[in-house]
Parts: sequence; C-alpha cells; structure tokens
Amino acid sequence: MSTVETTTRGTPAPLAETLGTAPVLEGDVRSTQAVSRRPRPVRAAFRLLGSEVSLTLRRPRNLVLIALAASVPVILGIVLRLVGGDDDAPAIVLQIGGNGLMLTFASMLMLVQLLLPLTVAVVAGDAVAGEASLGTLRYLLTAPAGRTRLLLLKFANVTIYALVCCAVVAVVALIVGVALFPVGPVQLLSGATVSVAEGLLRVAMVVGYVTLGMAAFGAVGIAVSTFTDVPIGAVAVSVVAMVFSQVIMLVPQLEPVRPYLLTTWWNSFDGVLRDPIAADVLGQGLLVFAAYTFVFGAIAWSRFTGRDITT
Amino acid sequence: MTTVTGQGAHQAAPSRPTPATVWPTSAQGAHAMPTTHATAVQPDAATPFPGDHAIVSRGLTKRFRGGQVAVDALDLVVPRGSVFGFLGPNGSGKTTTIRMLLGLMRPTGGGCEVLGRSMPDGLAAVLPKVGAVVEGPAFYPHLSGEANLRRYDAADPTADPRTVRRRVADALDRVGLGAAAGKRYKAYSLGMRQRLALAAALLTPRELLILDEPTNGLDPQGTREVRSLIKDVASDGTTVFVSSHLLAEVEQMCTDLGVMRSGRLVAQGPLRELLAQRAPRVRVETAQVAQAASVLNQLGLGGLRTGDFEVTADLGDLLPERVNAALVGDGVAVRGFAVQRPSLEEVFVDLTGEGFDVDG
Repeated sequence: MSTVETTTRGTPAPLAETLGTAPVLEGDVRSTQAVSRRPRPVRAAFRLLGSEVSLTLRRPRNLVLIALAASVPVILGIVLRLVGGDDDAPAIVLQIGGNGLMLTFASMLMLVQLLLPLTVAVVAGDAVAGEASLGTLRYLLTAPAGRTRLLLLKFANVTIYALVCCAVVAVVALIVGVALFPVGPVQLLSGATVSVAEGLLRVAMVVGYVTLGMAAFGAVGIAVSTFTDVPIGAVAVSVVAMVFSQVIMLVPQLEPVRPYLLTTWWNSFDGVLRDPIAADVLGQGLLVFAAYTFVFGAIAWSRFTGRDITT
Repeated sequence: MTTVTGQGAHQAAPSRPTPATVWPTSAQGAHAMPTTHATAVQPDAATPFPGDHAIVSRGLTKRFRGGQVAVDALDLVVPRGSVFGFLGPNGSGKTTTIRMLLGLMRPTGGGCEVLGRSMPDGLAAVLPKVGAVVEGPAFYPHLSGEANLRRYDAADPTADPRTVRRRVADALDRVGLGAAAGKRYKAYSLGMRQRLALAAALLTPRELLILDEPTNGLDPQGTREVRSLIKDVASDGTTVFVSSHLLAEVEQMCTDLGVMRSGRLVAQGPLRELLAQRAPRVRVETAQVAQAASVLNQLGLGGLRTGDFEVTADLGDLLPERVNAALVGDGVAVRGFAVQRPSLEEVFVDLTGEGFDVDG
C-alpha cells in the first residue's frame, strides 16, 4: 500500500487539528507521519515470510537437499546420453533420447515418490519443533508473531521451499535436456504431438501440481512438528508415515484405500502428458492434496494454539 | 504498603474480582495467614489506581498435568513505573508466572492483566509494548547478532521495517554489542548472549520490560552495566519487572518487591516497607555478657540473645545512644556497639525459609 493511498484514505486527524485552523496541507503531512505507526498486517506478514524463507534457504542443509534433487536430472541425462535406455525402461525415459524436454518429466517421476517428499519433510518437521528446540519459539511468540499467523507463514514457507525444489529440478532438467538431446515438438504419452512452447507450459503445470502435492505433505510434517520439541523426531515420524502409506499402496487387498492416500496422487502429474490433459485425474489429486492440507492444517492449528510453550 | 497473600487468596480465585477488589481480598488473605508472616499492611493513599498497574493477576494458578501446582493463586500487583523485583528460590514458580504473563502458557485458574488488557486475549495488542527476556537468551546460532535481532523484529507486526537498521544498531550499542554485531551468535560468550537478549527486548520503545534473570552469566562489570541499563530504562517511565535470586542486585535497583515461595506470593510491596518490617537490632560486644543483658532487659528491649562476648536485642523505638549510655552508666565495658539494619537477605530468608521444605 503506497503512502499516497493511505494519505488520501486519511488517518483520523488529532482532535486539536480538527478543531483548529491547521491548513489542509499540514494535516496531510501529519497524517502521513501517523501512518507509519498504523499496523499494516499484510506487509508485516510478508516481512516475516521473507525472514522465514531466507532463514530456510540460507541453511546449508536445505541447500544440499535441493542440490541432491537437482543432480538427478544431470545424472539421468548423462547416463542416457552415454549408455542409452534399455528396453525395460519406462516409455517416458525412452522418449528422452528423442526429445530433451522429456528429461523434466522423467526426473520428476523419479523424485516425486521419495526424494522430494524427504526433502520437504526436513523443512516441515523443523518448522515448529526446530524453533521450540532452539528456544526461539518463545521469543517469536512474545514479539508477538501470533500463533495462527506464525503457523500459516510456516506453511507458506514450506510451500515455497517445495516450489523452489521442484522448479530447480525442472530448470536443471531443461538445461541438461537441451544441452544433451535434440529438442522439438513434444510427443505426449497418448501419441499426440504438441509444440515446444506448449511442452514448456506443461512442464510448468507439472511443477505446480507436484508443489501442491509436496505442500500437502508439508502440512502433515508441520502438524507432527507441533507435537514435539525435537525436530528430528518430527521429520522421522512424517517420513515413516509416508513410507507406510506407500507400503499400503503395494498391498492388492487394500486397493479400495488407495484413492485416500496422499502418496497415490503424487505421480498422477503424468496426466499433464495426455491429450487432452487428464483434468479429472489431476483434479482428484488436487482435491486430495487440499483435503490433506486442510485436515492436517487444522490438527496443527488446534495443537499449536492450545499448547503451553515450555522451551 | 505490603500485602501478604495466603489461604485467603484461594477464596478469591474463582470469582475473578476486578482490579479494584484486589486489595481488600489480599487483606483478607493476610488475616488468615500464619502469624510468622503477618506482615500485611492495609492499602494506603500511595496505592495508585488499578488502571495504573502494569501487571495485575488475580488468583493466577498453574497446575501441571501431573497435578503439581507451580503457581498457586497469585495476586500480583505491579505498579506502573516501578522496578519490581520478583524474588524466589529456584523452582518457586517465577518463570512459570512470567510465561503466563506473556501468553506462552495458559493459566489453569485465575487470570492476569498486562498493561490494562486481560491475557491472553490482549496478547496481540499488548506484547509489542512489552520487551521480554524469558529463561535466558535463545537465538539462531548461524546468524549474526544483528541478523538475529532483525529476525525478531520481523516477527513483530507493529515494528516499522523502514527504521529497523537504526533500531537494531541502537539496541546493540545500548547493550555494548556494537562491535560484535556482525559476529555469529554461536561465537558469542554467555555474557554476550545475555546482552543480545536484552537488546532484543529493547528493539522498540517499551512500556514494560519483563526480564527473567537478566544478569545470569554476566561478570561483575556486566552486572553493573545491566543494572544501570535497567535504571536508565526505568527513568524513561518504563516499568521493569525483573525476576532474580540475586538479592543484592534486587536491593540495589528495585523499588518494589514480590517474594515467591513454593508457587505462592508470600509478600509484595515497596522495598522500603518490606525492609521496615524487621526491627533493627542492637549488638553489644562485651566481656560482661550477663550484666549487659540485664541492662538491655531493664530498658525493655525484646528479642534478647546472648553469645560469646556479645548480646543482641531488638532496638525498638529507643535511640541507640541512650542504650549505649545506659550500658556504660551501669559499668558495662563496651567493646563494640552497632545497630544492625535488616538486610534484604534476612527478610527474604524470613519469608522463604532457610530451606525449601520449611513449612513444606
């Protein structure tokens, strides 16, 4: 919000000024000064979010995790260039040889079930428990950051971190793909072909979809994080829960449960590679992500706002 | 004026009286007290309006899940503009009280008001005006002192980001950390960490400072600096609520006092009046102990105690020179004569007991 805007909206002028003969111009100057003391919730929230993001992205550990994820398309690209895929490889991988853009999708497919969620779990598990274990939580709350506000910003921070991971992987995969393989119109899984621009748009859609899937898992991690003062414990519990969910997916008799599991929907991003885009599958996936985010967000909120801070 | 709270305070807890009724309630409590602690004084004209209190609690209670009562029906009254020393042995409930005042913990009974707003409902409005050091410093180890202060400033929605650079620099200078601003927190000594916590509490102008053991880990020089800093802050009209178990420190800087023991507030009031409750004693050094004792007895002095080559007694209203003249007049060879004013330590030990389980 600009200064000019707030001035015209006007802060109530001091009483003396209203009654007195102060010229309008002076009144404007004073109310501008008064504005600086007026709370600006949105701006203040962005300031704290900026602080969160820079704290997260400056931690060497978090950067190493991103670098590891980003090394996957590099390794995959080099291996395919030197050795080539064997016939057992998934179609999506075999297509890379014909089109570098496919490296993005192939890399995502390899990362989305384990490496990306692990990376997100580290940041999400740290969200509340990390601050609690340092003791910084009590100072943030007496600042006062506000419990609900802090929790929302922690979630936003995890989402941004997930987005950064996915985007870095996609960009690195694009660079490697363009450098090592021919690039041209993209042949989709269903056989149709789209232009390079359309292909890039679909890469962006994959990044968006996977980010939201990771954010939903981040909500689970944050919820766990509000129950403990030991960050590694929160990370461990959310990771084990994720692996547990994937084990359940492997049991044929439990197939009816699958649509309700978060992990089921992560690699549904390949719906983007159909023609037309498999909007129903993607839509269902997004619905599940939203449901997980909401339910675990509510758990985190009720726990965090009602809890005594003892560290 | 001094209030002593005890059994009576429990009766007040469920009804949650308004601040105006705090004093009568406390006075009732005082009547119910054991006589050893009967130090109650009725409210006098010096008592400010209830609205003039920086902190008021009524029946504030924290019972932990295990059933342990950490804070028991606390009726705390901290006048605005005072430097309030919150004393008590380790484990007497000081930090738990502070955590409830700051909204970090939820009371299980009673309530409290900070700067006129009831907690925890008024947290968002009140806390920007409160600077706090709770249970020692806590910062991000890999960030510099300056970056750490910026981080906490960012968490305060009322702080102006345009002035943060100057405010952080000022706060660091004020605690003598200007030169170490760019150093990582993990390289700070305990004393520097403690100073950084104080700097964080001084980031914006405050109406109330709540400091939990602020001189922990400081060398004597640092302790003096913190004391003068507190006096400096208080002279601007900021109320300072400082918990400590260092009696000398409290005696030197506080105007008011609250004394905790096993979760209860056993006394509170202006420091002067708490000290005045204990009568000064005369101490006579002489070889003629028995004779000196009988002279003092004849003068009507109570609390007579004799030792090897010394006699002590409560001075009462008598002038010390009269006592000395009477002793000399009676032929007692006085080797030494002293009037002993009670120290805060004696008052404190009186109130909290020599050990933890006195009066258990």
